[in-house]
Amino acid sequence: MIKRLVSIIILAVVITSLFMVLSETAPFGDDETVVSHRYIYKGVDETGSANLVTAVVLNYRGFDTLGEVTVLFVAATGVGAALYTRKHPVRKNKVEASLIVKTGSKLLFPMMLLFGAYIFVHGHLTPGGGFQGGAVIATAFVFKYISDTRYSIDHVGFTKMESASGMIFAGLGIMGLLLGGYFLLNILPNGTPGELISAGILPIIYIAIGIKVGAELTGIIDRMMGVEA
Amino acid sequence: MIEVAVGFLVIAMIIFSVYAAETGDLMYAVVAVMAVSLIVSMLFYVLQAPDVAMAEAAIGAGLTTAVFVLAIKKTERYEHD
Amino acid sequence: MMFYFASAALIAIGIYMLMVKKNLIKMILGLSVIDSGVNLLLISIGYINGKTAPIIQPGVSPSNVVDPLPQALVLTNIVIGVSVTALALSVVIRVYKHYKTLNSSEVRDLKW
Repeated sequence: MIKRLVSIIILAVVITSLFMVLSETAPFGDDETVVSHRYIYKGVDETGSANLVTAVVLNYRGFDTLGEVTVLFVAATGVGAALYTRKHPVRKNKVEASLIVKTGSKLLFPMMLLFGAYIFVHGHLTPGGGFQGGAVIATAFVFKYISDTRYSIDHVGFTKMESASGMIFAGLGIMGLLLGGYFLLNILPNGTPGELISAGILPIIYIAIGIKVGAELTGIIDRMMGVEA
Repeated sequence: MIEVAVGFLVIAMIIFSVYAAETGDLMYAVVAVMAVSLIVSMLFYVLQAPDVAMAEAAIGAGLTTAVFVLAIKKTERYEHD
Repeated sequence: MMFYFASAALIAIGIYMLMVKKNLIKMILGLSVIDSGVNLLLISIGYINGKTAPIIQPGVSPSNVVDPLPQALVLTNIVIGVSVTALALSVVIRVYKHYKTLNSSEVRDLKW
């Protein structure tokens, strides 16, 4: 009880000071920073992407995103290593899913895959992108796992797809290094902002990220489903 | 008008997170955290960040819950003090 | 202001869960709550009064959009958050298999 009280008092002090510092230094609704000024006013001309968040994530800070995809890969590998079992894990659900769940997931599964693909193909035009689309695809596979007690993904195919999309991302970066002098240089023409084929290499990278994120998150779910308690 | 809606959402969010902290049933706590994520994603939309709102709704409210539920299924559901 | 208050409250409740609770899954839930709070804080710092989402279309001029930089940071943070949560939970499943408990003070090697 005394521990609970002490922690609440400490937290109140810390949070109040955080609140006061924030309202002094960054008042709510204030103007943007100097760096963002450049991104907002020059972003569309320099990258050709109508969605400025995509421009920042993939063009100005593309190297950061490569590092982030690497973190995701390492975490998925860590889940696989922590839940490793000597023999191949067998799913042993006793309860079958009901008819409604089975039929509904059969009907919804292709649509969810299509919706995920739509989100990451249009990442440079509308809200969305590789990360969101990949998450939607992984959710579709969660549905599949829930509805069918014996379903399991094709591990070899998923691994190949994931490695191929990672290599596309890194390969485009290295190609920019060879052709223009720095990593992830936009080697294709920008086109007209707002059209589907525009923004140079950004849509290709976002498709690769979408497939990679989808495969990795599905792999994590598969690992956590498979292990026996 | 929008301020009133945001106020209701914030109050509901704080109630859900306190409930998640205090309940002894981990499954209820996971569902409460999912509700917090969903409300945070609505607040992102109010703050003009549709990209982030989509990511939070798909990942924070969908996949995180699935991972937690699977982990609880592999371990135990009730919290003993 | 409401948004700063909300994110500060979420961070406080998350840290409270980490400090007081003994159950390992409860502690990871606390980490997840802190994650949401920090994301909300970053996005609300980037908000500018009366401006719209950072997507340039006909009819939306660059002088009329909010700051895209915090949104890009938070987008990557959310994806990293779920993978780190999954990694932590898989370690917890291992701990449970070995010690048959989720209470952090009964796990011999985690005592403090």
